[in-house]
Amino acid sequence: MGRFIIRRLGFMVLTVIVASIIIFWATTILPGDVASQVLGRYATEQAKNNMRVELGLDKPVTVQYATWLGNFVKGDWGVSPSTATEVLPLVLHRLSNSFMLALVAFLMYVPLGILLGLVAALHKNRWADQTISVGSLAFIGLPEFVSGLILITIFAIELRWLPAQSAIAADATFTEALPYLILPALTVTLTNLAYVVRMTRSSTVDVLQMDYVRTANLKGLPPRRVLFTHVMRNSLLPTITVVAMGIGWLIGGLIVTEQVFGYPGIGRLLLFAIQRRDLALIQTTALVLVVIYVVANLIADILYAVLNPRIRYQ
Amino acid sequence: METSSSAPTAVPSTTNAPRPVFEVEGLHVDYSTELGSLHAVRNVSLTVHEHESFGLVGESGSGKSTLAMGAIRYLAQNGRVTDGSIRLNGVELLGLSPKELRELWGSRIGVVYQNPLGALNPSIVIGRQLAEVARQHLGMDSAAARGQVEEMLTKVAMPDIEAVMKRYPHQLSGGMLQRCVIAMALMTNPSLLIMDEPTTALDVTTQAVVLDLVTDLKSEFDSAILYITHDLGVIARICDRVGVMYAGEFMEQAELLELFRRPLHPYTLDLLGCVPRFDPRPEKRSLVTIPGAIPRLDELPPGCIFAPRCTYVEEACTTAQPPLAGVDGNHLSACRRWQIVPPPAEYIRAATEAISPDIEVCGKGAVLLEAEQVQVHFKVRGGVIRRREQRRIRAVDGVDLRVFEGQTLGVVGESGSGKTTVARAIIGLTPATDGHVRLRGRELERTTGGRPRILLREIQMVFQNPDASLNPTRSVGDAIVRPLTLLGGLGSKEAKQRAKALLEAVSLPVSYFDRLPHELSGGEKQRVAIARAFAAEPALILCDEPISSLDVAVQGSLMNLLMRLQIEKGTSYMFISHDLSAIQHLSDAIAVVYLGRVMEIGDAVRVLTPPFHPYTEALLSAVPLADPDVKQKPIRLEGSVPSAMDVPAGCRFHPRCPRVLGDICAEQEPPWREGEGDHHVYCHIPLDELVRVQAETLVLGESEGGV
Repeated sequence: MGRFIIRRLGFMVLTVIVASIIIFWATTILPGDVASQVLGRYATEQAKNNMRVELGLDKPVTVQYATWLGNFVKGDWGVSPSTATEVLPLVLHRLSNSFMLALVAFLMYVPLGILLGLVAALHKNRWADQTISVGSLAFIGLPEFVSGLILITIFAIELRWLPAQSAIAADATFTEALPYLILPALTVTLTNLAYVVRMTRSSTVDVLQMDYVRTANLKGLPPRRVLFTHVMRNSLLPTITVVAMGIGWLIGGLIVTEQVFGYPGIGRLLLFAIQRRDLALIQTTALVLVVIYVVANLIADILYAVLNPRIRYQ
Repeated sequence: METSSSAPTAVPSTTNAPRPVFEVEGLHVDYSTELGSLHAVRNVSLTVHEHESFGLVGESGSGKSTLAMGAIRYLAQNGRVTDGSIRLNGVELLGLSPKELRELWGSRIGVVYQNPLGALNPSIVIGRQLAEVARQHLGMDSAAARGQVEEMLTKVAMPDIEAVMKRYPHQLSGGMLQRCVIAMALMTNPSLLIMDEPTTALDVTTQAVVLDLVTDLKSEFDSAILYITHDLGVIARICDRVGVMYAGEFMEQAELLELFRRPLHPYTLDLLGCVPRFDPRPEKRSLVTIPGAIPRLDELPPGCIFAPRCTYVEEACTTAQPPLAGVDGNHLSACRRWQIVPPPAEYIRAATEAISPDIEVCGKGAVLLEAEQVQVHFKVRGGVIRRREQRRIRAVDGVDLRVFEGQTLGVVGESGSGKTTVARAIIGLTPATDGHVRLRGRELERTTGGRPRILLREIQMVFQNPDASLNPTRSVGDAIVRPLTLLGGLGSKEAKQRAKALLEAVSLPVSYFDRLPHELSGGEKQRVAIARAFAAEPALILCDEPISSLDVAVQGSLMNLLMRLQIEKGTSYMFISHDLSAIQHLSDAIAVVYLGRVMEIGDAVRVLTPPFHPYTEALLSAVPLADPDVKQKPIRLEGSVPSAMDVPAGCRFHPRCPRVLGDICAEQEPPWREGEGDHHVYCHIPLDELVRVQAETLVLGESEGGV
């Protein structure tokens, strides 16, 4: 197990390095000049040059890359030219906002998805199964800017139960922010529910056909006990892995939802940085998202190994 | 199609017999499917008494498992018991609520399954899975349940119980797991124990140990056993009474000896005749084949369901369905003409023919293939970070063997003995790491890529699983045409002609040429694989367990086919199998392999009569013979074949050898001892000493099968 984790960590570092190269390369070939962007079209050539030296843009690309990556690791993320603020606190603040939203969404769609998946599997090919499958799949095809707007129309405009905009204050606590989180989280739930339902359903259907479930039944155990002790223990394994991998996506991939609700998360920060051609901010934010994604994958792998004795004892 | 209601359900009168425990009367089980309602089990009755084991035997699709599971009311959602009566200790099971049934399952009814690894939950430790039964039905707390589990595991002779209880299923061998499942089933001293092919997935040596255990437990527990198997050998070893099933009905029921000595149904005769008799004499006869196939449930013939395949069929058989009726006390037969059914020896002699190889074609002359010190080692790599020293799997570790022109060398051994790897090294699919393979004296390159085409066609292979060895998107014809054009150098038109002739040679209709593999049955697919192997007109065909996954009747017809083709074409075979009965039936010479080494090799007659290598002796004692009159030695091997990464020093068989001498076996490689007629035994014990200790208890008793 120790060796397994060490190997996975090795791969993780490698992935981050490769991703950082791609991010850096992609941002340097981005059209447009940072200095002109920041200083405006009418700045003098001298001022622009000064700006470039200040940002280290006059140095060779490899040196720029090494410096950037070194600073990133050290936690010295520099100042974002477009906002003229420190990148580190800015990213961390947005990240914690995204975490809050992800957490609420996660707590909504994972238990619900597993529950619906189990119900569907236990009623395979009957009306309950078909309703659940069709229902959850219908939402997967609905983009967030449509489902989000529908939710806003119903719950914010018509019923007036929840706020339509989620621009929470910078110093809002979780309980203060919660009402603002529900609608965006619900939007995320609608898109993600189907994955969890399908995964749970198919693995549960498989497990229900296993010989050991027959053994459990013919031991005379009550159905509920067969389900909880013998079926779910095995059928939720693949689901847990998929869900854990989804965490990475959940934090970085909410750009559209955050935009619809004006929610100050990290996805929106990245969008902002790209619009402003703020290289430092783009690079750092993107790399932070890569790290989160990779860590989520690592957690998924370890979780799977820990829960599955066939891997644990190899 | 429904059985006539006038058919009397004959229940044997059991005046002096022990108490009946499980009584099934006129049971009908239906499945609702897209084809409509299928009557999977029809009007079936049986009685199992205390301490008795009732064997249910039949081909796959005969309804054995459906009957057993229907009788304890555990059916798939589309299955239903539509009629009949099931009594356990006098209590009617039909009409019980699901809750009441659950109180019986696991307490009064125990079940042992075919695949013990699949039957246990992979993510729960053994101890907890077993304790669950005690907690559910005996009302024990976890400490008491634990004690009960320990006691049960002791009863099934489980070694190292403390450790076993903490293990997960994948950490135990098949034999150990099956003991756990048996312990679990017997935890509550159930009235009825259902064993559904409990040894089919196990190695022959492990099977023997498990069967012994069942025999021992039979007297210790009060359970009546319903034992399901397709293997008449297993039936002969442990059953008291036998019911022969066919397409959902009983054809015959009788006491064990009665059924084997004087069967009174043609189907039983056929079943007995398609299994090879154990007979070391070199004269061989073909096996009985049953024409046609088991009918589909939606196309059951009118009258007697076996009539279309029966040797003794007459007009009246095809109109009215005969009942299963008592013909001689406890002996029941569903044949209207049971009086004319001959004794098995007579029947089998008439239905088979002597196989006398043409000396011209198959003369034992030259050595065709010679393997000398062939070695296949696989390297196992360590981790990425800490590269451990490389370990080696010694899959094949110095094998010598020879195949003669026109003859069959049988290669037998437990799983993990390296027999398949030897074959793959010979044909060049897995390159040998050392040693030589020579074909007619010419040294063969180690990989197929290095071999010239002319040599490639000389050696062909038939694999175990025809589903995997035939390309599912290519037609049957393509599969056979390809070697003809590629290796035989034929043009496409000629190749097509030849391919059709080959289909006929393997007794398949020419119309199969354009079919895809999935349209064929397992036996038919294997016939295509055989035709494909013969297409290149090879000198040698390596048959790697080609019949193991098939039904007994199909096995028999394929063995007949292989023997016939050998006589016609003079092809040599290397026939690899774990099934000693098939090996002895087909082989002129036999090599017994263990953990990558040949232990004994020689003419079949020599290998199958003393002196034996102790491993051969153990295999011969273990194989269940379909003849209850033959007494076999109670020699059993404990444990399983060690890992090929950890080959024991000295004689590699010594840790399991029942005749181990002492330190010499653990320290020194044994010598090759040479007996009469090309017979070699790899053992420290001198041959005359082996003869002396082994002659006392011959493997085969006095009474020869006589067929």
